[in-house]
Amino acid sequence: MTAMPTPAAAESADVRIEDEHIEIARKRFNEAKRAERNLGWMLVAPAVVIMLAVTAYPVLYAIWLSLNKADLRRPNDNHFIWFSNYITVLSSPIWWTAFGVTTLITVVSAALELALGMILAIIMHRTLVGRGLVRTSALVPYAIVTVVAAFSWRFAWTQDLGWLSHGDSAPLTQFWPSIGIIILAEVWKTVPFMALLLMAGLALVPEDLLKAASMDGATAWKRFWMVTVPLIKPAILVALLFRTLDAFRVFDNIFILTSGANHTSSVSMVTYSNLIRGLNLGIGSAMSVLIFITTGIIAFAFIKLFGAAAPGADAGGRR
Amino acid sequence: MQPATTQRKLIWWGINILVLLYAFVPVFWLLSLSLKDAATLNDGKYFPTSPTGDSYKAIFKNDDFVHSLINSIGICLISTLVAIVVGTMAAYAIARLQFPGKAAILAMALLVSMFPQIALVTPLFKIETAIHLFDTWPGLIIPYITFALPLAIYTLSAFFREIPWDLEKAAKMDGATPYQAFRQVITPLAMPGVFTTAILVFIACWNDFLFALSLTSTSRARTVPAAMSYFTGATTFEKPTGPIAAAAIVITIPIVLFVLVFQRRIVAGLTSGAVKG
Repeated sequence: MTAMPTPAAAESADVRIEDEHIEIARKRFNEAKRAERNLGWMLVAPAVVIMLAVTAYPVLYAIWLSLNKADLRRPNDNHFIWFSNYITVLSSPIWWTAFGVTTLITVVSAALELALGMILAIIMHRTLVGRGLVRTSALVPYAIVTVVAAFSWRFAWTQDLGWLSHGDSAPLTQFWPSIGIIILAEVWKTVPFMALLLMAGLALVPEDLLKAASMDGATAWKRFWMVTVPLIKPAILVALLFRTLDAFRVFDNIFILTSGANHTSSVSMVTYSNLIRGLNLGIGSAMSVLIFITTGIIAFAFIKLFGAAAPGADAGGRR
Repeated sequence: MQPATTQRKLIWWGINILVLLYAFVPVFWLLSLSLKDAATLNDGKYFPTSPTGDSYKAIFKNDDFVHSLINSIGICLISTLVAIVVGTMAAYAIARLQFPGKAAILAMALLVSMFPQIALVTPLFKIETAIHLFDTWPGLIIPYITFALPLAIYTLSAFFREIPWDLEKAAKMDGATPYQAFRQVITPLAMPGVFTTAILVFIACWNDFLFALSLTSTSRARTVPAAMSYFTGATTFEKPTGPIAAAAIVITIPIVLFVLVFQRRIVAGLTSGAVKG
């Protein structure tokens, strides 16, 4: 520029330069953002691919198999039969007995685990002495292999052999005692997990609030129901949801304790029997799909009815 | 809180002992069964009167058991290693980077963790038979990794959110190269979380029974929990109590040691995904 620029021209030049700077900055920002996005996708890709390949594809395959006659003993007779497998399963008393047994075990053990887990959580949270000792030993049932614990209970109630069996009684050969022992084994194993989730909730209850309630004359019982429970409701719901879904898949304990004798099979047990003993993939897949749907309904009911944290809201711990 | 009087302490000790009994009675019962000799095995007593190591000698002479123990250890270690590497990458991205689709990935991980495994057994059985993965190590490792990933991603991302990442920037300003900053500042902070997650994943794999039972047929890949259910005694209907109890104790010892040594970390790991975040 030769002449002195007019103020207006200088201003517009400044604005232009500023615009350019903003433009460059925006470009850099966008590039950084794109790089971050690409890095993010690259890092999660392996996990996503594995989870999709091992769950989504087999589920679709199971749905396809469930609509076919697929009996490994008659491999040449496979063909598309629409919903016949579902009709066979849903009109079978074996399926409905197993469904009833599974529901009973799920509801009773989830309820017991919540009550006992809460007690254990309070003990671990409040104990004045040996806190490390209590927390360590409470982890033992969680860490022990389910099959190992199941054998322990089975031997304990085996006639002559067991320390819990008396005289001629053989509880694992009768329906109701078997169900009771299965529930006991489930509850023994999972109370610690429940207690840990609840204890994490208890740690978030402000001590001052409890003290204030106590000064207002609330008894310990009242403080628990009026202060603690409402505050840890999210922790309770998450713990219950996970345990309900987990209990619905009950398999290991029943397999070892009764092998499904005397109508004690769960839905997982009958599906397994159809596959391994019956080699009937069509029927087995139909059962798999029905279990999958039931699990979905349970999760949906928890989220809708009780307002448990929705998936993706970072609420879930482990399975 | 009232001061801790002697009486209150005694009451708490009483309660603590109840918790100890609850946790250990079934475990010690197996231990005592594994130590009983043939003559006193069926006496129905809780404690062994003449302890012997015969059952342990018997199972370590049994090829099926030794194979299954090697399978268990190998399969669980490989699954844990892969799940931790893949999970760490994903958890780092979820905890630190902004990118679309994050919520969908977390939702997917949650769905997988709620998935009824039995629904996979039928299709996986068919697929693995077709591609010759049935009854092999990879045939078990692949489903184990899949079900370990949600646990790894949730636990690790909760741990990673707690790391003061600004330290990395500070180290770089002090002249550290990006690699040095990562290696000497971030890695030591991240290791405890990674290690804790590895223990949780290992325990989950070690515990599996359904896949081990359905996707194997010989001692080539069968793990200990499945092998235990196939131990046979003098007749098909009689279960060999002593050897089963001994095998149970053998696979319980490493887990109990983990718990005793890393109690604090395991508690932190199990609760981190559920509360924080």
